[in-house]
Amino acid sequence: MSHVKKIVTPLTEEQVKGLQAGDQVSISGVIYTARDAAHKLLTEAIQTGEELPVDFKGQIIYYAGPTPAKPGQVIGSCGPTTSGRMDAYSPTMMAQGLKGMIGKGPRSKEVVESMKENNVVYFAAIGGAAALIADSVKEAEVVAFDELGPEAIRRLVVEDYPCIVAIDAQGNNLYELGVEQYKVTD
Amino acid sequence: MNHSTETCMRELSVDKITEAVKRLCIEAACDLPEDVEKLIREAVDKEESKFGKYSLEKIVKNVELSRNENAPMCQDTGIVVVFAEVGQDLRLVGGSLTDAINEGVRQGYEEGYLRKSVVEDPVLNRKNTGDNTPAVIYTELVPGNEIKLQILPKGAGSENMGALKMLKPAEGLEGVKNFIIQAVTQAGGNPCPPVIVGVGIGGTMDKSTLLAKKALARHAGEPHANPEYQALEEELLEEINKLGIGPQGFGGKVTALAVHIETYPTHIATMPVAVCLNCHAARHKEVTL
Repeated sequence: MSHVKKIVTPLTEEQVKGLQAGDQVSISGVIYTARDAAHKLLTEAIQTGEELPVDFKGQIIYYAGPTPAKPGQVIGSCGPTTSGRMDAYSPTMMAQGLKGMIGKGPRSKEVVESMKENNVVYFAAIGGAAALIADSVKEAEVVAFDELGPEAIRRLVVEDYPCIVAIDAQGNNLYELGVEQYKVTD
Repeated sequence: MNHSTETCMRELSVDKITEAVKRLCIEAACDLPEDVEKLIREAVDKEESKFGKYSLEKIVKNVELSRNENAPMCQDTGIVVVFAEVGQDLRLVGGSLTDAINEGVRQGYEEGYLRKSVVEDPVLNRKNTGDNTPAVIYTELVPGNEIKLQILPKGAGSENMGALKMLKPAEGLEGVKNFIIQAVTQAGGNPCPPVIVGVGIGGTMDKSTLLAKKALARHAGEPHANPEYQALEEELLEEINKLGIGPQGFGGKVTALAVHIETYPTHIATMPVAVCLNCHAARHKEVTL
């Protein structure tokens, strides 16, 4: 495979600008898991002006809800979930200073527009490769919404988590470019 | 009366069903069936796109790792769909079939360290039940004195991309093909392609969706018994793989691994078509007791 760009979190504006759709990256540092229910609670808190349990400035949210860790494990299987379900919440999170999102599958036009406005990057991980991905997770701790079980917000420390830049901050979109390239019209 | 289908009355303790369901839930989560794995391995060779091939190679590695380490291949270990074919000469003793199946799910998801992904109320509270119950259970009475259990833990990423249309008979075969292709196109990269496409045609609205789900329980890639439907499955697979969606939606030649069609007679005025998609982690296990 081609050159892999190493990324250490939190993300800077310059780092985000330097990433292009189709880049292979490996992410190290802290990332936060949040999916449907946590996003609902976070955006509700933002609307009512409550303080958030995590400061998302410069951070990456990973759309994931892991399986329980077996004894001796840091985390269970931990692959990405479908990002599209978070589309309704993502612009609000980007306005909070969020710089990156990791998930799987395409995003809405509104999300891509908001990414361009806020200089945010969207990484794709391989959906369904969850046992493999767990190897990159070195620490895991629930930091908010414990009552949500698998949907709680977890602070993960990852090492060389492999991802692909699916949509960059300029709006270049691998889901469109790739499909266009391989579409066969009779 | 057809005497040839009669068997001797037999008793079976529901505890055996709990035990089997528990075992199958864990096995399904960690051990991808060989039929699906074979199709994924073939896809690695067929795929030409860089990221498509990369994804498939990772998926194959993940299948091997999850099997060797008895770890769930996907963190979405699903809501459990159970197809139970109950012999009419089988007498279940010691409790209810439904309770026995749910107890098996409860034990399997706890002891197997599988994710509990079921919420109590679909709209109002969406509170996690904490044990992945209840399962979605379909029972069918069949001749014989055995029970066949098929377990399909179904992830929601692909389930969300299902589609149903009540076609007019005038829309014909072309209408059916167009709707199926449209459903897969709209799903795009969301359902974790390469997918298995389950199609149910005929019956009523509800029957067609059930057939589409049942189509996913078929041995992956096994063709329909009717040569005309077999040809339709092949044609649809070819058309779907021209869409360019590719593994994970990154673009590529392999968007689907197989198309399975199931049909049922229908009313003179209708032609329901349902599409149920399964991700590449097409987990299915079965046992006959």
